[in-house]
Amino acid sequence: MFKSFKPMLAAAALSLAVLSQGAVAAEEQFFPIPGYRVGPYGANGQSFYGGFIDYLTYVNLKDKGVNGVTLTYEECETEYNNAKGVECYERLKGKAAKSSGPVHTMSTGISYALIDKSAQDKLPLAMMGYGRTDAVDGSVFPYAFPLVTTYQMQASAIVKFIKEKLGGNLAGKKIVYLYHDSAYGKEAIIAMEAEAALNKFTLVQIPVAHPGNEQGAQWLKIRQEKPDFVVFWGWGVMNQTALKAAQKVGFPRDRMIGSWWTGSEEDVVPAGDAAKGYMAATWNVAGKEVPLIADIEKVVYGAGKGNLQDKSKIGTILYNRGVSAAVLSVEAIRKAQEKYGKGKAMTGEQVRWGLENLNITDARLKQIGATDLLPEIKTSCDNHEGSGKVKIQQWDGAKWVSVSGWIEGNKALIHPLFQASAKQYAKEKGITPRDCSKEK
Amino acid sequence: MLYREAGQFKTSYAADQQLFPIRQDRIGLIVLLAIAFLGVPLLASEYWFSAILIPFLIFALAALGLNILTGYAGQLSLGSAAFMAVGAYAAYNFQLRVEGIPILVSFICAGLTAAGVGILFGLPSLRIKGFYLAVATLAAQFFIVWCLTKFPWLSNNSSSGVISTQKLMLFGHELNTPVEKYLLVLSIVVFMALGAKNMVRSTTGRAWMAVRDMDVAASVIGIRLMPTKLLAFAVSSFYCGVAGALYAFCYLGSVEPDGFSLEMSFKILFMIIIGGVGSIMGSFLGAAFILLLPIFLDIALPFFAGLFGLPFSSATVSHIQILVFGALIMFFLIVEPHGLARLWQIAKEKLRLWPFPH
Amino acid sequence: MNFFFEVLIGGLLSGVMYALVALGFVLIYKASGVFNFAQGAMVYLAALSVVGVMEWGAPLWLAVILAFTIMTLFGIATEKFVLRKLVNQPPIALFMATIGLAFFIEGLAPMVFGSEPRALELGIVDEPIPWILDNWNMVISKFDLVAAGVASLLVATLALFFQYTRIGRALRAVADDHQAALSIGIPLQNIWAIVWGVAGFVALVAGMMWGARNGVQFALTFTALKALPVLILGGFTSVPGAIVGGLIIGASEKLAEIYIPPVMQDLFGGNFGGIEGWFPYVLALLFLLVRPEGLFGERHIDRV
Repeated sequence: MFKSFKPMLAAAALSLAVLSQGAVAAEEQFFPIPGYRVGPYGANGQSFYGGFIDYLTYVNLKDKGVNGVTLTYEECETEYNNAKGVECYERLKGKAAKSSGPVHTMSTGISYALIDKSAQDKLPLAMMGYGRTDAVDGSVFPYAFPLVTTYQMQASAIVKFIKEKLGGNLAGKKIVYLYHDSAYGKEAIIAMEAEAALNKFTLVQIPVAHPGNEQGAQWLKIRQEKPDFVVFWGWGVMNQTALKAAQKVGFPRDRMIGSWWTGSEEDVVPAGDAAKGYMAATWNVAGKEVPLIADIEKVVYGAGKGNLQDKSKIGTILYNRGVSAAVLSVEAIRKAQEKYGKGKAMTGEQVRWGLENLNITDARLKQIGATDLLPEIKTSCDNHEGSGKVKIQQWDGAKWVSVSGWIEGNKALIHPLFQASAKQYAKEKGITPRDCSKEK
Repeated sequence: MLYREAGQFKTSYAADQQLFPIRQDRIGLIVLLAIAFLGVPLLASEYWFSAILIPFLIFALAALGLNILTGYAGQLSLGSAAFMAVGAYAAYNFQLRVEGIPILVSFICAGLTAAGVGILFGLPSLRIKGFYLAVATLAAQFFIVWCLTKFPWLSNNSSSGVISTQKLMLFGHELNTPVEKYLLVLSIVVFMALGAKNMVRSTTGRAWMAVRDMDVAASVIGIRLMPTKLLAFAVSSFYCGVAGALYAFCYLGSVEPDGFSLEMSFKILFMIIIGGVGSIMGSFLGAAFILLLPIFLDIALPFFAGLFGLPFSSATVSHIQILVFGALIMFFLIVEPHGLARLWQIAKEKLRLWPFPH
Repeated sequence: MNFFFEVLIGGLLSGVMYALVALGFVLIYKASGVFNFAQGAMVYLAALSVVGVMEWGAPLWLAVILAFTIMTLFGIATEKFVLRKLVNQPPIALFMATIGLAFFIEGLAPMVFGSEPRALELGIVDEPIPWILDNWNMVISKFDLVAAGVASLLVATLALFFQYTRIGRALRAVADDHQAALSIGIPLQNIWAIVWGVAGFVALVAGMMWGARNGVQFALTFTALKALPVLILGGFTSVPGAIVGGLIIGASEKLAEIYIPPVMQDLFGGNFGGIEGWFPYVLALLFLLVRPEGLFGERHIDRV
């Protein structure tokens, strides 16, 4: 009966193992994890944090940690709730004082609430594909990292993909932007509008009220508008509802492109056949074909130390995203160790430096076994994003299939938007931006 | 024995009408305040300030506001979080748009704005009662949050609708440590709680209670329903509005309209029901219970699981937390439907004789 | 004009889905005066039981029967362990207890059956009917029509059940006055157990319909929010009221979503869509100002 009780032995064993390892190894690198596994988005959190923790365990098992430094972690349940997220952060902060990996909240609301605090506490805040996007400008936000890519760059990349599909010219075309009416959905509007002005297509914005489990009116309107493409920014139940509603009004799913929070197995499986042909952007690929993912399954689950209860989730988009997030975090620690001393635990401040000086090439990705799992990434003080590339994937009814290479958004168009926004923030808050030319 | 009011003779009207007529209460309160103002800042860690004490005080204030409306005036409301949102956004805008306005003044203005909105949404209460009214206040909840999302002017044209609060300047000094914020919140909350305590025993408060007990009867004895009910909405929203401003400025630092969700309204409602409907102290007890219980469970469950060797995964622990939370609410209601404040009252009655009950 | 009717019909059909959830509220409120906030969670539990049992290998019909058993047992347990102990308490305490119950379910159900969103296939495809699409260029979904049929059947059955069976009459007696019903020998507690069982059944039907439509997942608990304005509009105590209220809310909310934002955009500038969250509530509120007891609710007479 109790499905979730099965793998708990493993979890307990893992924590014991971590403890006993801790007794032997002198140095430990701590990861505070304010995550979520229950509530409306609990299923997403389970895959993401499962992948994240599995990679930490993998590094411990396979390489005995990072240059001998064991990776440890503690989770705290936030329920995707801002106030609880802050409480968790404060609770974990004490332990993270000596050494801390990047904090991943996987919640835009929580990361917003933590931006000032984390800078004060000198803990690096990672917001991979969510959170405050103008933190790309590291001169104003030294401790916040919207790594890999942001909503705006993603929207721009999607438009680029559509342009290619429509024969290289968008003039006179019509694109509907259907979005979750919240901070998350509204972030990309500015980019869509900029793209619309640049490429001269008509942009129709249609918001959906939270939670979005009813979209009859919106889709009838889309049917009436007859757009060439629908760019879709949903979250949670809104995703399945949109796919079903598209089917209901007969809108072809292969002319719908979603953001990366609409493109996981959790989003399409419940919609059944209605999801077939649907496309979504992603900054990490799905599948166990990636050598690293296959190796994690072999090493971690082979040793009975996996974090997931449901092994079928290994290789899903969100699991792989968790692994990717952990890969970047660990690489940042590796980088920091190169500067501040190999085999030592890194403080939050040192890891911050690592995150700001990441340079992960395809060659390095191949070494880790993460070939093509995520794009190349090179960060700097004035570019905390580091990549800005996404892939478009399509759901074939059973799995996600990549239908494009890495597409980069229009950096020249989007990044100035970030800088302007960051500047305004600095002015409101009275922050003096760092001089990036002096950072090394 | 310890709590016996016998022998305390009042010789003047002033003494008889004071806020706390019993000497033990006065001493208790002074001790409590001394601990809160002096003891806690010395002892508590940063975690306690930023994660527990500040939110506790803010939510207690919001619960107090709701308690005035629901517990004293009998109007069930499910829109408290929305009024907090009004307060938060109003305080932000006053700070932003009025040059050099002191923070406390903008908090008061935020409360007044919330009070105005509260009166507007209180109007239906003149015709609608009970659960119908509760569901109608949901209109306020959803409508206000939607407005905050839709009018970019309110969030200073931020592309996402999120606002980051300005610096907390008090008499030329910037409050940025948790202790300072705590003391500011504490002072405001204590002041407003004493104000509420005073208000509910005044003519206004007695009129509210008459309306709560039976509004037809109240109107028969000459209480004008409209001003009474609307005043309750206004005062309640004022409290919620100030709580919202504190929530934004002293606790989270940046808020989005969606953060003031229905869930939060419910949380505030839980606080007064668990704490005690129609009790100032109940608001505090309830806020402590609702905020601390999940944290306690979060820490205690894995510990107990480890103790008994139960193999719990993180997901299961999280699920059990919610389950136990729900079960405890039901349990408390069965044991004491009138809330924690009632338990306190029973304890006081016991203390009157203890340790010599015969 | 064609588009107007398309939206109207789509709205009416959505309204039926809301009414399905609202029915569960009405049943319990009518018989025990409890505003059962856990109804949304019960919808979730019911749908999750169906897919959960199916994942263990049971066919759909068996899963439905098992889920019904689970819901009934759950209802009886709720009555026995919670509500019975709260008899004679103020309504707000009972209301609060059902909120506690909602949390309990939200923790228990995913723990037992897993929390990942899943599909529920009932074998009805949610596609436009080609014939209507070709002839009138209107989109009417097969699935929505089936759902409307199921809802009508359910309401008819419930109405007959209340009107003509012995238990139904007892239920009505209890609803009118607990103490009077007790004094003429109606076993109050059995009646309550039955009502919670029936409400569980309604939750099961609603859960399967909503689950097939949007996937079985935690968000099913939000369906309650769609049902509340329906309740106010129709009255807390009226079964036909739930249906009529559902139709009104469904249709007006869809029409409003299409036609109001453009007007506001002309007035203020900016995008004002996404009003579905509050519009039904405001509509219900305005309606209440005219008729405070809802469409079919019992008129409340104040006596001192």
